[in-house]
Amino acid sequence: MLEVRGLTKTFGALRASDGIDLDVREGETHAIIGPNGAGKTTFISQLAGDLRPDAGRIVFAGEDVTRLRAPRRARKGLARSFQITSIYPEFSALTNVALAVQAHAGHSFRCWRDARRDAALLDPARRVLENVGLGGRAGTLAASLSHGEQRQLEVAMALATGPRLLLLDEPMAGMGVEESQRMIAFLSTLKRRHTIVLVEHDMDAVFRLADRISVLVYGRLIATGEPAAIRANPEVRVAYLGED
Amino acid sequence: MKRLIGWVVGVALLIAVPPLMLALGQPFYVDLVRRIMILAIAAVSLNLILGYGGMVSFGHAAYIGIGAYAVGVLGFYGVFSGWLHFLVAIAASAVVALAIGAVSIRTSGVYFIMITLAFTQMLYYLGISVAEFGGDDGMRLKRRSAFPLLDLNDPVQFYYLVLALMLVAVYLTYRIVNSRFGMVLRATRSNEARSRAIGFSPYPYRLVAFVIAGAMCGLAGALYGNHTNYITPGLMSWQQSGDIMFMVILGGMASTAGPVLGAFVLLLLEDLLSGWTEHWQMILGPLLVLSVIFFRRGLAGIFYKPDA
Repeated sequence: MLEVRGLTKTFGALRASDGIDLDVREGETHAIIGPNGAGKTTFISQLAGDLRPDAGRIVFAGEDVTRLRAPRRARKGLARSFQITSIYPEFSALTNVALAVQAHAGHSFRCWRDARRDAALLDPARRVLENVGLGGRAGTLAASLSHGEQRQLEVAMALATGPRLLLLDEPMAGMGVEESQRMIAFLSTLKRRHTIVLVEHDMDAVFRLADRISVLVYGRLIATGEPAAIRANPEVRVAYLGED
Repeated sequence: MKRLIGWVVGVALLIAVPPLMLALGQPFYVDLVRRIMILAIAAVSLNLILGYGGMVSFGHAAYIGIGAYAVGVLGFYGVFSGWLHFLVAIAASAVVALAIGAVSIRTSGVYFIMITLAFTQMLYYLGISVAEFGGDDGMRLKRRSAFPLLDLNDPVQFYYLVLALMLVAVYLTYRIVNSRFGMVLRATRSNEARSRAIGFSPYPYRLVAFVIAGAMCGLAGALYGNHTNYITPGLMSWQQSGDIMFMVILGGMASTAGPVLGAFVLLLLEDLLSGWTEHWQMILGPLLVLSVIFFRRGLAGIFYKPDA
């Protein structure tokens, strides 16, 4: 589904991505973990097309997308959520999701009909909101949602694009314990139906959701494997899990 | 519903202006309100890109100039058909907006402001340098645009034409900003990274909006040329661009009625204060500053909440 080869990105002297090779298989949930500053968000941003790598290749569903910008990749089915909540605060939750639906419903050079009464956009948007558990908040201004709800909306917008691959950048960031549990439960319902790349700090979430885990330290992938193998990997324990 | 009532009352008042003012022996006010409504069309068009699109164009007066010169130049060569005047005004403005937009929309922030200003200054100096059309002094129209069944030399007929076109411009903009196209524009102003992440490429949408706004303002320019009956490069000055921008900000960006409200308040205040004292700008300036500080969402924001 996704093939990354030799991905490199430097900021001055800092090698944020240092020759990353990664394969994500169709249908799996692949977690990327690593200490703060390991380059996880930089890596995701390159996958999504928001950052251009200095070297390396990204192949998505058999097509080299390295040179494509973010909107094109999104239309090909690569959807991302942001670590720092990125929504449209002045629109309702429903409108936020409807916009994501619209982005994948052909061109938007339609200047007359009211988009906010357009069942072709609103019906799918409502279904996605129901799915993420925001059905009752459809009419609420996104800015007025709680932090946890905004995180759910963030994921809902990625989902509404009908993605083939979901890039989730710390979906649990800043959530309380209870909200996190609910988000984990929700993400596990997505697991079977979507291919997911999950960047997450919450180890509990990672070990519950991931089929495979890759460990990123100082821009390098030091290990990839199943959760049990990663947990047992001595190099990972030294570099990340804090043991010596 | 409240909005609709507001519009009905407002339009009824505007319809009543000519008979009322003529009965009171104040024909000047028919002219004044007509001028305000013409500039309101310009403000409505700027609001599409500034308010809804987040594109701070500091060169919108360019299209007033182009529209006015379309009328003047065609008349200079003996063409007086109003349909042709207005068509050329709109088409020429659209073409120029396409060229300016194609370059400037690749930039953002201060660069966008400066590039749009620079282009308009170029047109301004072009107007000054072409001696054939009066150069710096400008030129008088030989005749106003000629329409069948409609005489622009009749102040009242001209007034109602402007009123009708202003309402068309408002309604058109209202439809556009609530359509799929408009939602892309507004969403991208709100959060560009998010728009790109869900799959919108902002550039073509912004460019088309920029062209629509330019074309609409070109119509305002054609009306303005007929209104003053006299065309000068000053129509394209940066002060004129600033005035239009101020109407939008004062009235309320990204609101349907805001630019119209802004045009009326700004120009009526200007008229009132300049009748009082020649130092009227000393009073108007602080008033405007205060209004921007206290009415964050503009005058329209006093009446309505923005819709989600």
